[in-house]
Amino acid sequence: MIALLLRDLRLAIRAGGGFGLGLAFFLIVVVLVPFGVGPNSSLLSKIAPGILWLGALLACLLSLDRIFALDWEDGSLDLLATAPLPLEAIVSVKALAHWLTTGLPLVIAAPVFGVLLNLPAAGYGPLVISLLIGTPALSVIGTFGAALTVGLKRGGLLLSLLVLPLYVPTLIFGAEMARRSIEGLTAQTSLLMLAGITFAVIALLPFASAAVLRVNLR
Amino acid sequence: MELQVSDLTVTRGGIAVLEGVNLAVSAGAALVLRGPNGIGKTTLLRTIAGLQPALLGTVSLDREQMAYSGHADGIKAPLTVAENLTFWASVFGTGSIDAALAAFQLDPLAARPAGGLSAGQKRRLGLARMVVTGRPVWVMDEPTVSLDTDAVAMFAEAVRAHLAGGGLALLATHIDLGLSEARVMDVGPFKAKPPTIDDFDGAFL
Amino acid sequence: MSSIWEYANPKKFIATTNRLLPWVTGLAVVLMAVGLVWGFFFTPDDFRQGSTVKIIYIHVPAAMMAINTWAMMLVTSLVWIVRRHHVSALAARAAAPIGAVMTVIALATGAIWGQPMWGTWWEWDPRLTSFLILFLFYLGYIALWSAIEEDDTAADLTSILCLVGSVFAILSRYAVNFWNQGLHQGSSVLRAGALMGDTEERVSNVFATPLFISMAGFVMLFIALVFLRTQTEIRARRMRALLARERMQ
Repeated sequence: MIALLLRDLRLAIRAGGGFGLGLAFFLIVVVLVPFGVGPNSSLLSKIAPGILWLGALLACLLSLDRIFALDWEDGSLDLLATAPLPLEAIVSVKALAHWLTTGLPLVIAAPVFGVLLNLPAAGYGPLVISLLIGTPALSVIGTFGAALTVGLKRGGLLLSLLVLPLYVPTLIFGAEMARRSIEGLTAQTSLLMLAGITFAVIALLPFASAAVLRVNLR
Repeated sequence: MELQVSDLTVTRGGIAVLEGVNLAVSAGAALVLRGPNGIGKTTLLRTIAGLQPALLGTVSLDREQMAYSGHADGIKAPLTVAENLTFWASVFGTGSIDAALAAFQLDPLAARPAGGLSAGQKRRLGLARMVVTGRPVWVMDEPTVSLDTDAVAMFAEAVRAHLAGGGLALLATHIDLGLSEARVMDVGPFKAKPPTIDDFDGAFL
Repeated sequence: MSSIWEYANPKKFIATTNRLLPWVTGLAVVLMAVGLVWGFFFTPDDFRQGSTVKIIYIHVPAAMMAINTWAMMLVTSLVWIVRRHHVSALAARAAAPIGAVMTVIALATGAIWGQPMWGTWWEWDPRLTSFLILFLFYLGYIALWSAIEEDDTAADLTSILCLVGSVFAILSRYAVNFWNQGLHQGSSVLRAGALMGDTEERVSNVFATPLFISMAGFVMLFIALVFLRTQTEIRARRMRALLARERMQ
């Protein structure tokens, strides 16, 4: 399992694309929002947590189809399926690799981009914590979507359509937590719900992902 | 150890392509499957290797004892030849890649990124992976595609070494491998007859 | 003859539904006509909402069917996963567009009702928002079905999507509730005591009877459409199977 993780990380670094692209996309979203809503800094600081969450979510979405597509095209997925690793483990490792190359850099970059959007000082901590807890769920759910669409020729658009509705609860609780903290309200419920969703999908969704992958491989 | 396939019916796209396939390969022996294109050799091999479920029938050996190689080699272009092999060695929990590199004369290429290899060299790397798996049953689909005569001889030698070590091999190929000891079986006679209409789900198949 | 699974045989299914279809269709037409005409013309205006309340005879049944269709798809998907009856998977496929349309009807009539009542066409109210999310789930489900060529693969993948989607749909419902406590009146139709007349907001008997008739009509309409569309799916699938068989010879 560690070998697979290391291979995926190495591939992401050597082939580029991985962190670079997601981060650049995140930055572009953050830069474009003020162009769209106007340079009013009090408005921006109000919507900053939502924009940052949305940007992170979209950046995550961008790289989802690479999770299995490359391994599918070059036949590695067939070979991995015949390897001693259970598919559930392969799927989980893939999700972890995706999070390490996409989610984690976004979490680290979010406070920097927060400056651009006048994120209130009270928001930095909660925003980073909510992203840190929430983005693994995005990767795991995204892996499920990627497994569903792996055999399709033009799966990219369909993947977004399938995955985005599944992102709703995570987005709501994640952004809510940051927003409530800024407004001085208690954010404990959101935090607990967000963590609950993340742990639940990490525990359960790999079984569904492995099941659909098995269907797609045959 | 013996690989026994009994009354296997395999499907492609939900439709049976080969039915009632019976074959047996014992340790130290190789069986070469022949048959025209599209008859279902790939489907049969994938089913035996456990990549897809069989409609009917059984395969005697556990899938954990088989190594499968298909049309694609699963080579990662950004990684070097050695890194590609080392990855599979650690996934299958076998240690060294030296024997595999030597068997397919890949030593001089070990440090090259796999993306820069020629088609034949890539194929050799894909075949070297079989050695690295350390599994006793090789299930191989068209292993000699894009290999030159020298490389085919290399492959035959590797299969021979594998058989000598108590392994067995099931191959689908069109060319003569120079494996005189291998039995040849034509899968043509197993071609599935068009399904009858009056089954339970008869309105479909 | 004894088992319900007999009807999972496509031929048997087609034969049986052919016999039932005229009755179900007739019942749907009669019930909907009675429910809607009674509701529109023979009930008094609400003392607060005026005549706009009458859209309830379309809005509530459509909303109910939007949710029930998904529930039916969940059940048929489970049947497919467990028992692998093709008719079950095809019934789920056949129901999805109906559910999507019902969701759109519920949203559209809701907007038309909301405009005079709340002064806005759209409000990010939890109920409205969850229906919008439900609509997205329907879209994804339908898109996945149509994207995959191989029937059994498509059935397997969509049924797993339906299971996972159901969990997330419920989760979204709670998340959305938490996110915004809205304007929408509570579900006043089936709430305990609604018909007994002990709550303020109840839908009173005058409105309730035609509403229930209309709801029954929508259920019958749904059943008729599912029968018809499942038959179509079965025949389309049979056609593909025959073509494949032709190619083998």
